[in-house]
Amino acid sequence: MSSLITTLTSPPYDGYIAYGIIVSIVFMGLQLMAAVMVYAERKVAAFMQQRYGPYLVGPKGLFQPIADIVKLFFKEELRPKAADAFLFSLAPIISVAAAYLAFAPIPFGAPTTFFGLLDEPMPLQVSDVNVAVLVIFAVASMGVYGIVLAGWASNSKYSLLGGLRSSAQMISYELAYGMALATVVMYANSLSLREIVDAQRGYFFEGTAFGFIPHWYIFPQFIGFFVFACAGVAETNRAPFDFPEAEQELVAGYHTEYSSMRFAMFFMAEYINMVTVSAVATDLYLGGWHGPFNIPAELGGGWIWFVIKLAFLLFVYLWLRWTLPRFRYDQLMSFGWKVLLPMATVNLILTAAGVLYFGL
Amino acid sequence: MGSDALLFYTFAAITVIGALLVVIQKNPVYSVLSIIAAFFGLAGLYVLLEAPFVAVVQIIIYAGAIMVLFLFVVMLLNVPREDAAEWDRSHPLYRPMAVRIGAVLAILLALELGWALSLTTGLGVGVAEGADAMSSVQKLGEVLFTKYMFAFEVTSILIIVAMVGAVVLARKREE
Repeated sequence: MSSLITTLTSPPYDGYIAYGIIVSIVFMGLQLMAAVMVYAERKVAAFMQQRYGPYLVGPKGLFQPIADIVKLFFKEELRPKAADAFLFSLAPIISVAAAYLAFAPIPFGAPTTFFGLLDEPMPLQVSDVNVAVLVIFAVASMGVYGIVLAGWASNSKYSLLGGLRSSAQMISYELAYGMALATVVMYANSLSLREIVDAQRGYFFEGTAFGFIPHWYIFPQFIGFFVFACAGVAETNRAPFDFPEAEQELVAGYHTEYSSMRFAMFFMAEYINMVTVSAVATDLYLGGWHGPFNIPAELGGGWIWFVIKLAFLLFVYLWLRWTLPRFRYDQLMSFGWKVLLPMATVNLILTAAGVLYFGL
Repeated sequence: MGSDALLFYTFAAITVIGALLVVIQKNPVYSVLSIIAAFFGLAGLYVLLEAPFVAVVQIIIYAGAIMVLFLFVVMLLNVPREDAAEWDRSHPLYRPMAVRIGAVLAILLALELGWALSLTTGLGVGVAEGADAMSSVQKLGEVLFTKYMFAFEVTSILIIVAMVGAVVLARKREE
């Protein structure tokens, strides 16, 4: 066994095995995150509404997601007669594939040797593209196809309305999202997420009384962070921007006609998208794996910081959902176009001037 | 055959088949999806040419933004499936004169493509030498804002004119 590991972890195989490890970590990790999020969502909701939430399956209801998944697996697969068979099956696949793909360029930790398993330290990132920020943006814009096609292929008015609302919403908020990304790119002077995170190492005002403030971009870019957070919530179709599936108006929106695993795929895609947006926010604004103090490598290293920040942002997602009521549709549109976009543009121009003239 | 060549032929096949399906497909929604597949094939080719920035921009702008609007329009207008028999009988393109002129144009196009290919040199040269400048976003930006400044500004004016025109055309008449 150990000789196998030695063979696989030495050249010329070590690149492949490391790559395999990282891909499995990300793939399985995202799946696990989706399951944990389902549980957390129900528990947090219950807490905020002074209920118990799931508590029967396993200790404290911890195995509830497993029971849910088993149930979804064995449910009957229904398809409306008038639906477009091919696109009806394709839509959830596009959704979930885009969700997984979007995580590929996101770094979630400093290079590590996996506690000495590998000879060379490898970065905790599936693919280190030098235009990572743009790749995330591009893949996010692909996710809308899954929803639109699901709405159209179901051949039902609620689904179609949900799909159309979603595309209108995503197109409107993508602009503000892109502007916020561009501002950070300009501030960090790099399109690579890894470089952006590394630029956030250390502290502001080092050596003064305020030297404890970590060098995170959320402090100079608080407007950008606000815009990014709003647009991120809208992009993932979560409350208070969950119009594509507004229950009172559209039954369940674009996935009204879906059941069983096809529904589960949309469900999974939604949670994975939340994780992705939170991870991008962590990398861009909260310093990624750099914390106020260093966690030594024996205790796991920087990715612990990353996980803590990610968990906090995901909690904020749930918090928002159970605190804020849904906007009206016209409010959503005017907020996106008349508040967020001008705000992001002004922030972009100010940052550009700051970088150019004051060398921020 | 190296892995690069294999990837090239895969992406090229996706692009060509996608582009063909756009025309062959009877259902307009499927046509839109085929052209998205073709764009992805093109993006793959750009990556092989060591221009990841161009590839990603291609996906963001064409596959992401423009095709969503196409899909929107096709779905909302509910364009019917094309009926081949009806098409054969009534379409103006099937008038004998139109067919003849079209055929001449098609032959000319094929000849010119062959002629251009026969004159092109350096087909076997690797792309990596010239690709450096394009792969760096910074250099691309510098070239765009110095050497090609005029073309860049003219393009942006054109786009603004088109936008204003669209708003004017789509606006409700006040009477």
